[in-house]
Amino acid sequence: MKDSLKNLYDISLIWLLVVIALMAAIPPLTNSITMREDIFLILQYIALAASLNIILGFTGYVSFGHIVYYGIGGYVAFALMYFYNIHLIPAMIAGGIVCAIIALLLGEAVLRLRGAYFAIATIGVNEAVKALVNNLEFLGGSAGLFFNFQIYQNYGGAGNAIWLAYYLMALLAIVVIATNFLIKKSKFGLGLMSIREDEDAAIVLGIDTKKYKSLAYMLSAFFPGMVGAIFFFKNGNIEPVNAFHLLKSIEMIFMVVLGGFGTVTGPFVGSLLYERIRGILLVNPLFKDLHMAVAGIILLLLILFMPSGIIGYVRDKVSVLRRYIE
Amino acid sequence: MINADVLIDSVISGLLLGLVYGLAAIGLNLIWGVMKVINLSHGAFIALGMFSVWILYTSFGIFPYIGIVLVLGLGLILGIITYFGALHRVIDAPELSTLLATFSVSLIIIGLGTFIFKTNPKALDFSMGSIEAGSIVILGTKVATGIIAIIFTALLYAFLYRTRPGKAIRAVSMNRTAAELMGINSSLILALSFGIGISLAMVAGALIATIFPFTILSGGGYELKSFVICVLGGLGSPIGALVGGITLGLIESVVTLGIQTSFVPVLEFALLVVILIVKPSGLLGGK
Repeated sequence: MKDSLKNLYDISLIWLLVVIALMAAIPPLTNSITMREDIFLILQYIALAASLNIILGFTGYVSFGHIVYYGIGGYVAFALMYFYNIHLIPAMIAGGIVCAIIALLLGEAVLRLRGAYFAIATIGVNEAVKALVNNLEFLGGSAGLFFNFQIYQNYGGAGNAIWLAYYLMALLAIVVIATNFLIKKSKFGLGLMSIREDEDAAIVLGIDTKKYKSLAYMLSAFFPGMVGAIFFFKNGNIEPVNAFHLLKSIEMIFMVVLGGFGTVTGPFVGSLLYERIRGILLVNPLFKDLHMAVAGIILLLLILFMPSGIIGYVRDKVSVLRRYIE
Repeated sequence: MINADVLIDSVISGLLLGLVYGLAAIGLNLIWGVMKVINLSHGAFIALGMFSVWILYTSFGIFPYIGIVLVLGLGLILGIITYFGALHRVIDAPELSTLLATFSVSLIIIGLGTFIFKTNPKALDFSMGSIEAGSIVILGTKVATGIIAIIFTALLYAFLYRTRPGKAIRAVSMNRTAAELMGINSSLILALSFGIGISLAMVAGALIATIFPFTILSGGGYELKSFVICVLGGLGSPIGALVGGITLGLIESVVTLGIQTSFVPVLEFALLVVILIVKPSGLLGGK
């Protein structure tokens, strides 16, 4: 553990965290609301993509319905704040912990499946939970829950509440990226990557794959739970369609693949680019009505011609950079 | 209290609907069985089938059940093009690549579809009368779709078991390397299988369009149903898909007599996950 913490001083992590921190500092310094909204979105993408990277990128398990943890965390925290008036921070942590516990229990079952079977099962889990929440009266059913505006008074008004959500998201993005780095540099990460390359060989070599996968899955569920909590707190309402949207799951996968899966810088680069691409496609009059089709073409070209993503490609071609980009 | 007429009525419509669901799922299943690819563009092609038959009917006045034959041909061509355009390069890559490649095809189709057709609901406006027996009324269109679904399934079986290309498809699905060593051009066979899978999806979409109103986004729901069906019947087994389809159709129409309709999806997807974990080979599968 002590050894792995020493890794935090690595140059390839430090520059990345500094860049994220600087980016996060722009809105409070310029006091720009539009910048805050944009960067909040990017930070959320970073946290989500980097969380998914733990199970998808390092371990090689395609969790296609990963958004389910974002939704569950969001609902748990929202309900705690809504019914018991609990502060965002403990509610957020509770959301994350519930997600980790669910991932542990669910993982016992679904992590026994491999490849496409696992992917389908995770889609099924997401759809089942969505349908279930749709039917839970006390969570508002399909209409969801809405905050009474007074809830924000506890935080000194809605303005302060949103800033709090913003800072928490920035902190979370940094923590998830650092976690990714620590995992990658640890024996644990090495074990995960050996599962990705050849699970049977990993078992033969004495890796407790069951424990490793379980832990990786829990970690990758814990953070999205907290992201969901912050997002829906800021949003002011939560509904099943928004919380368990399969398309958001695919956005996460897209960002990881775009940046380069199994790398630490990849999810960051992927999130940043995705947010830009999305912005351009939605605003540009030429692409506005066709944004989905264009996104599809970009994704297809990426899969066909640059499957290791941008960071993977750069690391592959420019070996000098390998020391600085992880 | 559920009376007998209502029960018989729901069993029959569940059965007929199940046959169409089954046909849609067979396409997905064939592609999985032969190529080990989960086709995430399945729903988009179902929607494309709906719109194809709709255009043929409203613009060219081609009767839907004849239009279906054209849709079959169109599906075959589109499927083969999709295979060479999107899948051929990544067919041996890890499943993430094929999942995303087929998903990007889905995005392209739905994106273009939304652009061209918008998302307001469409419906095929024609009637086939109805069959009545006492208080039980069954729409002619439902009977016709059920029969057509059976015909297509039978044709697929005849093709897979009686013709040379069909046998080649089965050989490739059993062991691709061995099939190649026997002189089978596996790329062509994979493209053909994908084409057949897509054309079945489109035909199923066209049949569904004769019963229910639809939009370009409707395919997604049927795609998820197809997953449940395939898992029920066993991934890779075409006849299992039909059985799974009927099971699902019956669940949807009979169980809703007892519980709220909105709970049905909870049941379906919970079933999907449980079966995957407990018996991944499906209800009909061996060990």
